[in-house]
Amino acid sequence: MSKFIRTTDSEWFRLRLSVVMTLVTAAFVVIFLRMFYLQILEGKEFRRLSENNCIRLQTILPQRGFVFDRNGALLVDNRPSFNLSIIPDDAKPVEPVIDILSRYLNVPAEELMAKVRNIKGASSFRPVLLKQDIGRDALALIEAHKYELPGISVDVQPRRYYLHRHSAAHLIGYLSEINSSELKGGKYTEYKSGDFIGKFGIEREFEKYLKGKRGGRQVEVNAAGQVVRVLENINSEPGNNIYLTIDQRLQRKAEELLKDKAGAVIAMEPSSGQILAMASSPAFDPNEFVCGLTHDEWNDLISQPNRPMENKAIKGEYPPASTYKIVTALAALEEKVIDINTSFYCPGYLKHGNRVFMCWKKGGHGSVNVVRALAESCDVFFYNVGQRLDIDKLAWYAKGCGLGAPTGIGLEQESEGLIPSSIWKKKRFGQPWSSGETLSAVIGQGYNLATPVQMLVLTSAIANGGKRVKPYVMKRIETPGGQNIINGETEIVGNLPVSQNTLNIVKKGLWEVVNKDYGTARIARPGEGIEISGKTGTAQIVGRKKNETGYERKLPDHFKPHAWFVSYAPSSDPKIAISVIIEHGEHGSSAAGPIARELVKCYLNPEAVVDDNNPDTKVVSDAFYDEY
Amino acid sequence: MIDRRLVQNFDWGLIGITLAISLLGIMTLFSAVTAGKSVPDEAIYLKQIVWYCVGFTAMTCSFLFNYKALDRWAIAIYCLAVLLLLLVPFLGKYAGGSKRWLMVGPVSFQPSEFAKLAVIIILARYYSRAASSKGLSFRDLFAPFLLSIAPFIFIVLQPDLGTAMMIFLTAASISLFVKIERRTFIYLMSGGAVTIPLVWFFLKDYQKQRILTFLNPDHDPLGAGYHIIQSKIAIGSGMISGKGFLKGTQSALSFLPEQHTDFIFSVFAEEWGFIGSLVLLLLFLMLVVWGFKITYGCRDTFGTILSFGITAMLSWEVFVNIGMAMGLMPVVGVTLPFISYGGSSIVVTMISIGILLNISMRRFLFE
Repeated sequence: MSKFIRTTDSEWFRLRLSVVMTLVTAAFVVIFLRMFYLQILEGKEFRRLSENNCIRLQTILPQRGFVFDRNGALLVDNRPSFNLSIIPDDAKPVEPVIDILSRYLNVPAEELMAKVRNIKGASSFRPVLLKQDIGRDALALIEAHKYELPGISVDVQPRRYYLHRHSAAHLIGYLSEINSSELKGGKYTEYKSGDFIGKFGIEREFEKYLKGKRGGRQVEVNAAGQVVRVLENINSEPGNNIYLTIDQRLQRKAEELLKDKAGAVIAMEPSSGQILAMASSPAFDPNEFVCGLTHDEWNDLISQPNRPMENKAIKGEYPPASTYKIVTALAALEEKVIDINTSFYCPGYLKHGNRVFMCWKKGGHGSVNVVRALAESCDVFFYNVGQRLDIDKLAWYAKGCGLGAPTGIGLEQESEGLIPSSIWKKKRFGQPWSSGETLSAVIGQGYNLATPVQMLVLTSAIANGGKRVKPYVMKRIETPGGQNIINGETEIVGNLPVSQNTLNIVKKGLWEVVNKDYGTARIARPGEGIEISGKTGTAQIVGRKKNETGYERKLPDHFKPHAWFVSYAPSSDPKIAISVIIEHGEHGSSAAGPIARELVKCYLNPEAVVDDNNPDTKVVSDAFYDEY
Repeated sequence: MIDRRLVQNFDWGLIGITLAISLLGIMTLFSAVTAGKSVPDEAIYLKQIVWYCVGFTAMTCSFLFNYKALDRWAIAIYCLAVLLLLLVPFLGKYAGGSKRWLMVGPVSFQPSEFAKLAVIIILARYYSRAASSKGLSFRDLFAPFLLSIAPFIFIVLQPDLGTAMMIFLTAASISLFVKIERRTFIYLMSGGAVTIPLVWFFLKDYQKQRILTFLNPDHDPLGAGYHIIQSKIAIGSGMISGKGFLKGTQSALSFLPEQHTDFIFSVFAEEWGFIGSLVLLLLFLMLVVWGFKITYGCRDTFGTILSFGITAMLSWEVFVNIGMAMGLMPVVGVTLPFISYGGSSIVVTMISIGILLNISMRRFLFE
């Protein structure tokens, strides 16, 4: 190592070093000149700025993206909100200022003082938020008396405004202040405490598109804290706008029909998977979350027995009851357990081993084939099928129909539902499957659970010729300038595992449910030349006892069965599929059927207008109850 | 058994400059953590003094042996540094949004700081064999590229862009100093000029956003822009003679972010003004010139490149840190040698000085 490599010697390196030295000296000269500029030429100005401590920071919050329905009707807007802050350093002495403010705001002075004292640690020249969203009256008072209120500033911030309050609340979701665990979680690194983030529904799922970009301003203030000069300004950038697939008019109609009930309505275009309406009742007002709920208000919301915070359309799990007969019929036909001509005689009950399984109709249906059994929802026919069909086969078909797994609608908190099989039971209870349980399973009782959206996807698949489409709610996202950046796209997840022939037989049964006089949902005929196909369901909560059909029994409300109706229309060329569940609604036909009927009418006859001006008055009469 | 010539040739000048800058550093740090604070953070200040002592000991150790041994140890040193960097993601301490520190008992240190030195040593070893007056070809550059990129990537991922950038700049400076073939150099430059916009073009919007955020963690207008203005106000308000020791108002009011690490120069310039800053700047210039003087006087390739690399690293740190504080460069976390708070930084800087002393005092020794 001690000697130089032949071709390089120290002279050679010395030459290169002199170049380096020149560059280094040049760099030092640049730094020197910069220092001269800052400290000598501009020194006075900087000294002044530093002595007054007069630089303040102001955040410019972005406009969050708007939310529209599929036709461009505005659903979610932003409104200006006036927030009152104090910079303690500018307001010296603080107490008299707070006293005056407390009079104008009608807030105890002690409460305001507490906020000022609360900043321990932070510098006293940072603004402290005293009150958010002060009303226009208070604003006028404060603006008029600005000169007795040094250090007080009112800034305008956009605040989320949900135009139709409870309408589509579960789908749209809400915004509220970021909490400390979210701030620490690492997912929201660009956020600061005090920021609002989407916590539910669309607001949450599309947060990154909606939020926009924060801007900021550095200003110079005078001794009273008033802005003298803007030193630097970076404008905020508004968020992207979202167009949902829902039809506002249909959505509102669905909500009116659900009024005072607990349940859900979800409708979609069978060919595309676009959700046309998603209503869950009771709902909440997202505006209240933006303003901040108290602890009690929140507890009240989550402890109500009818669960207003739950999106029942995707989260609610119910026994699918007779709507499940669609699956049983598909499986039985496809497995050749029965064919179109197979008839079973229904005396109103079926003996299986030492148990008696009742049909819902006391006197029985007589001899029925599969089409008629669907139309009349004959339990005994399907018990007979159940005696000939393996539970695991049935489960395989149910899963092929999309049950027992989330549909992938892209919203948080979607439930899976439950399709029991012998393996499942062995795992869950450690017991073998008993054949009697199959008889419960074929009519959608027992362990079976399904969500309204799962039943909707199944119904749509029947309607569109066997394609299982993935439901979706976001039609497109566009920039504030109107440029499309994302389009929601139809996605076919799979096909029903059945032949077209089988499908046609079931379709005929579903048509008869509504359109034959012996059909269980004849009440759901819309008339006006529109034909609906569908299936009713009545989900038992307590078991039917031997000598009663359950229907006639007077039960306390919370033991009444849930009412299902899944349907599509028009029967020949389906444009809409609807799944309705009414908790404790008793009859699938009477409680759920008419809701679907009214929605079909509303969707297919756009002339029928919903009164938009009165969101909270009940527009629809109880007329449809009169038919009973 | 110390050779008398070693004592005669001892570089008292370099020690003098080092001591002078260190003294200013301790003073500035004292001001940064005490001025205007109701509860001065004395722990920081006392810890730093301990680190200076450790640093001077390390410096002494670094000139006792013959630096030519480093040529033999280079690979081991490099492997150790990379190994430590590899341990950081698993055993590292998470603080302030990144994982940079390893804990050894109660003491935490930054392997990335040591990696800087390790890269210089391994490059000196490699280039002392590969250098020729013709310049380095692509093939010659392949190994040093790999040797520098590995620690670079680990450090970027911590993330600590400032230190990673220092490694890149130092490695690039050494390579240029050793000389790159003209053709190769032109290819590299044009390759970089073409690739970077091309890659940028193919990135998705959100990826670009992520990179921007990454390059500048506070690209929030209230973040970086604010820091720069406050730092400029602090420096500028010092005017000619400064506000006086412990009288800086910008730092006292906590206007300055990271005032005991990245923005410590602003604290100094506010209190000591143009005159003080000039003195500090001249001390740094002297240090750099001294370093290059040692390079100049060195008679073997390894020592030449080693002393050049160390001096280049120190100068880049000074330029980038002071440039950033004065708003000449984007905000990246780079420490100011001898002055910023940070044990690893102090110790590594002192070891660097020790190696310079080592090379300097052995310049007349021939084996």
